[in-house]
Amino acid sequence: MRKFIGLVGAVALLAACETAPQDGANATGTGNANATAAQKLGPAAGSAQDFVVNVGDRVFFGFDQYNLTTDARATLDKQAVWLKKYPSVTIALEGHADERGTREYNLALGERRANAAKEYLVSLGVDAARVKTISYGKERPVALGHNEAAWAQNRRSVTVVSLGAGS
Amino acid sequence: MRFALRCLAIFTIMVSAFPAWAELRVDITQGRVEPMPLAIVEFDGETAEAAQIGAQIAQVVSADLERSGLFRPIDPKAFIQKELSMKTLPRFGDWRILNAQALVQGFAVPQGNGQLAIQFRLWDVFAEQQMVGLAYNTVADNWRRVAHIIADTIYQRITGESGYFDTRIVYVAESGPANRRVKRLAIMDQDGANHKFLTDGQDMVLTPRFSPTLQEITYLSYYRNTPRVYLFNIDTGRQAVLGDFPGMTFAPRFSFDGTKVIMSMAQDGNSDIYTMDLATRQTKRLTSHSAIDTSPSYSPDGTQVAFNSDRGGAQQIYVMDSNGKNVHRISFGKGRYATPVWSPRGDLIAFTKMLSGKFYIGVMRTDGSGERLLADGYLVESPTWSPNGRVLSFFRETLRGEEKTTKIYTVDLTGYNERELITPLEGSDPAWSPLIP
Repeated sequence: MRKFIGLVGAVALLAACETAPQDGANATGTGNANATAAQKLGPAAGSAQDFVVNVGDRVFFGFDQYNLTTDARATLDKQAVWLKKYPSVTIALEGHADERGTREYNLALGERRANAAKEYLVSLGVDAARVKTISYGKERPVALGHNEAAWAQNRRSVTVVSLGAGS
Repeated sequence: MRFALRCLAIFTIMVSAFPAWAELRVDITQGRVEPMPLAIVEFDGETAEAAQIGAQIAQVVSADLERSGLFRPIDPKAFIQKELSMKTLPRFGDWRILNAQALVQGFAVPQGNGQLAIQFRLWDVFAEQQMVGLAYNTVADNWRRVAHIIADTIYQRITGESGYFDTRIVYVAESGPANRRVKRLAIMDQDGANHKFLTDGQDMVLTPRFSPTLQEITYLSYYRNTPRVYLFNIDTGRQAVLGDFPGMTFAPRFSFDGTKVIMSMAQDGNSDIYTMDLATRQTKRLTSHSAIDTSPSYSPDGTQVAFNSDRGGAQQIYVMDSNGKNVHRISFGKGRYATPVWSPRGDLIAFTKMLSGKFYIGVMRTDGSGERLLADGYLVESPTWSPNGRVLSFFRETLRGEEKTTKIYTVDLTGYNERELITPLEGSDPAWSPLIP
C-alpha cells in the first residue's frame, strides 16, 4: 500500500547523518551508564546536552518576523564557538511559527527563520555543509498555551546537533 | 471507476408531451432561501433484501438534500399515501396537503450476481408531472453512490445547477497533543460515510488537494524528515515524490485541467512559486521575489494564478498571469489575507483573512471587489470549493479554556447553512473532489 516510488534518489544524500529532529537534546548522548557522572559534572563536553544546557539551542523571533534580535545573535555567537570546537558535529536548524497564521505561510516563515539562523552561523565561520534547515511551520509547538507568552516561545529556530554517524 | 453504473432508461408512463421544465424551481442565487419541502418515500424492492437497500437509499438521498440547506424533507410519519407503486400515478392530492412540492419514489430490483437495478422518479406534485424517471444498474454494495447520484439528479433538476453529492473529501486526520500531533491523510464520502485512512501517521502530512480530473491527490509529506510534495493515487494506493527539488516543496495544487501542479519551493530560506507539467515533468519558475510567495491557485481557464505574498509588508492576495507576468495585488481590505482558492466557476476567490486576533473565511471577486465573509473563529483556514462552486468546506480551531479542538465544516456560498462535517478524529485541511466519474 504505502510504497514511496521514485524517492530513493531524493533522500539518499541526507540518509547518512540523520537523527530524529526533536526539540530538545535527547537524541544522543547520555545513557544510563554515565547518568550519575552527568549529575555531578554536568553534561559531557561536546554532547548534545552540553550544547542545550551550556550554549542554548534556540532563538526566538517577533510576530511575523525573521530578523535576529540581539539576544538571538548572542545565542548564535555561542553556538558558533561551540560548533567550531566540535567540527564533526552537524546541525539541523528547525524553523517554527506560532499558531496565529495560515499553514502554508507559516511553513515559509519557519524556513525563513531557520535560514536566518543558518546564514548568521555561516557568517561566523561555521561550514554551510554542516548545516541543514527544515521548517515545521506551526505544526510543532513547544508551548501549548494559546496566549502571547506561548506564541513567543513557539516562534523559534532550534539548533539540533547530531554527533555524526553511528553515535 | 470499477462500478458499472449505467443509466438504463427513461420511463414512459404517462409522460406528457412537453418536458416538465415546470414552475418547480429553487433559485439558489438569491442568498437565503426557504428550504423547499419535499417528500422522499422509502424505495421499495422486489425482494425483502432489495427493499432494505431501497429504504437506506431513500435515507441517504434525504440526508444529502437536507444538508444542502435548500430542501426540507418531510417527516415520513406525516405521509398519507403509505404505498406507492412505480406503475401508477401518486395520489397527488395526498401530497399537496403536506405541501410537498416534490415527491421522490423508487424501486430496487435484484438482477442476479449481486447486481441491482435502482429505479427512481421525481414528481412535481402541484403540476402533477414527472420531472425525472431513471434507473441505475450497479453492484448492490454500491448503493450509497447510487443514492448520491440520485440526490445530485434531483438537485440539478430543481436548482438548475449540477450537484455535489457524489463526491469525496480528503483531509488531514489529527490526534494526540499539539507538540506530538499525529497527522494522517484520510478520505471519506462528502457526507462522512466510507471513512478510510490513507497513511499511517508515521510521517506528518499536510495540505492534501484533489485532482479535478483523476482520483489523485497532491500533498506535503515529511517522509524521512524531508518535506516534499507527493502524488497519491487513490485507486492504486501508489505514492510518489513530485520532482527532485533542492529545497522544501509545499502548498501544492492542481490546475483545473489536471495537467499541472503549482506549488512553492523554498531555497535559501526564500519561497517562490513553481509549476510542474505532470506529463513532461518540466518545472517552470513563476516568481522570483525575496518575499514569501505561496498558496498558489490557478484560475479555471488556466490563464491566471492567485497567490499569497508578503511582498508589500504583510500577507496579501496577488494575481498574476500564468507566465508569472502582470503581478498585481487584489486584497485591500483591513487585515492580512491568505490562502486564495479560485472558484470552479471562475468568478470568485475564497480566502482566509486575519484581523484583530480573529480569522475569517470569505470570498471576493477576482479583482478583489465584493468581499463577503462566510465564517469566523479563533482560527479558520483552508477553504475548498464543492465542484459546483456552491459550498465551501474549511476547518476551524475552537478554544474552550486552554483546550483546542480542530474540526471540519461546510458553509453555503451565501454564508448560511454552516454544518460540521463529523469525522472520527479531529480534522483539518479538507479538499473536495470533483464529481466522481
